[in-house]
Amino acid sequence: MERFLRIDRRIIFAIITVAVIVSLILRFELPIPASEPVQGVYGKIESLPKGSHVMIAFDYDPSSKEELQPMAIAFLHHCFSRDLKVIGMTHYTGAPGLADQAITSVANQYQKKNGEDYAFLGYKPGAASLIINMGENLYSAFPKDFYGNDTTTLPVLQGVDSLREIDFLFDLAAGTTIETWIVFGKEKYKFELGAGCTAVMGPDMYPFLQSKQLIGLLGGLKGAAEYEALVKKKANAVSGMRPQSVVHVIIILFVIFGNIVYFTSGRSRHA
Amino acid sequence: MRKDSNFFVLVGTIGLFVCINIFLMASGKLPFNSDGFGIILGVGITLAIYSFLYKDNPAFKIAENLYVGVALGYTIIITWFNFLKPDLYDPLIVPMFSKAAEKAPQYALIFPSLLGIFMLLRFSRKLSWLSRWTFAFVVGLGAGVSIPRVISAFILEQIKPSLHPVFSGGETILSSINTLLILLGVISVLIYFIFSVEHKGAIGRLSKVGIWFLMISFGASFGYTVMGRLSLLIGRIQFLLRDWLGILQ
Repeated sequence: MERFLRIDRRIIFAIITVAVIVSLILRFELPIPASEPVQGVYGKIESLPKGSHVMIAFDYDPSSKEELQPMAIAFLHHCFSRDLKVIGMTHYTGAPGLADQAITSVANQYQKKNGEDYAFLGYKPGAASLIINMGENLYSAFPKDFYGNDTTTLPVLQGVDSLREIDFLFDLAAGTTIETWIVFGKEKYKFELGAGCTAVMGPDMYPFLQSKQLIGLLGGLKGAAEYEALVKKKANAVSGMRPQSVVHVIIILFVIFGNIVYFTSGRSRHA
Repeated sequence: MRKDSNFFVLVGTIGLFVCINIFLMASGKLPFNSDGFGIILGVGITLAIYSFLYKDNPAFKIAENLYVGVALGYTIIITWFNFLKPDLYDPLIVPMFSKAAEKAPQYALIFPSLLGIFMLLRFSRKLSWLSRWTFAFVVGLGAGVSIPRVISAFILEQIKPSLHPVFSGGETILSSINTLLILLGVISVLIYFIFSVEHKGAIGRLSKVGIWFLMISFGASFGYTVMGRLSLLIGRIQFLLRDWLGILQ
């Protein structure tokens, strides 16, 4: 039994990798019921009339792409399918490429035009001061969009002078931007805020759901999969739930096995 | 001898990787264009980074340094084209020095630009004192803007659900239990962090309840962290199996 406690960690890595590969290749369906926080975001988009302005903050970079890009794509599908006007921006220097790719690829599927149906304003530094600037005057914060167009000439922004005119803001966050949007944006300019975040950040965001400072939350790949299932656009996140579930079971078995070995080996008596 | 074997393992792995890519391109599974070479580069760097799980090696170090360099270069380009050029260079510098400019220079931008330059003067021994003006401005402005907003959003708004009535009408039994649990959690954890009173008797028992709440919270955070890290692995393996090897559809 003692030798199990000195098992080479690379064996565990190999088991996890094989489990992920096998469960990706073998196709089997798992139920993905939408949780209440995910329903909150979905329900809000469903309640918006055509032509409403939705702002998406792509606050992540390639290191969080695997969790947040599927979320962004599923959310964009929902917005464009309901003929909402989408405005994108980011606080992250690493995000513009990913955001541009997500917006243009989904917009093309719905024959949406840049400048008329959607706009991507690009990156600006400043975080809190940028949000305050956008809350006072969107055109002063972003005089030009990501493609170099004068923002005052974009039809998609007609009727929007500041964050006050945004019907819903959805922050896809890999860092602390959700808190920044709440503190400097939502509280002052009174727009509805929802968020998608990495799984690591998920537990920290639940108090904001409780206080209704967030109307909905997509947490990690699970949140993305639930949203993909809701909008009937099953893609990377849904297929990622198979290995996710299988590996979670393996990890639970490892934890139980490790504890059994620990207590039966007599080490606990010496601890 | 051991160093030699490590070298052969590394060269063998790179050789195998090259052979697989030649086969994939020759069989038409990978396009012979920039997209195809982009996928190969992505796969190579992914495998180089994951090779660290076996042991530290030169391929991992190359990929690690490449990431830092590319990220910095990308940041500089994005900052120039998204921020410095449209917000400073075009409205201030171009109209000042170009006769063909249509708009008048925005001289108001000189003040924040100077503050930014002062920040960089920290590297100069003679002029580093000027950077204190910028820091004073940033700290003063930051504190003034943040303090009232943070108190409102993080303290006052967060206290509200903790004081939510247990039975105000319309609640289910489960939501009332939820409210009671939140109340118990807040009080017991706050008591656990009161160190000026000895944790004995009722205080001791409540602080033990607080420890349980904290442990459950740490467990939930760890569970979410496992899920997050696993999601990154799944995403990379999806890329390898679908975009590179073409096994997944």
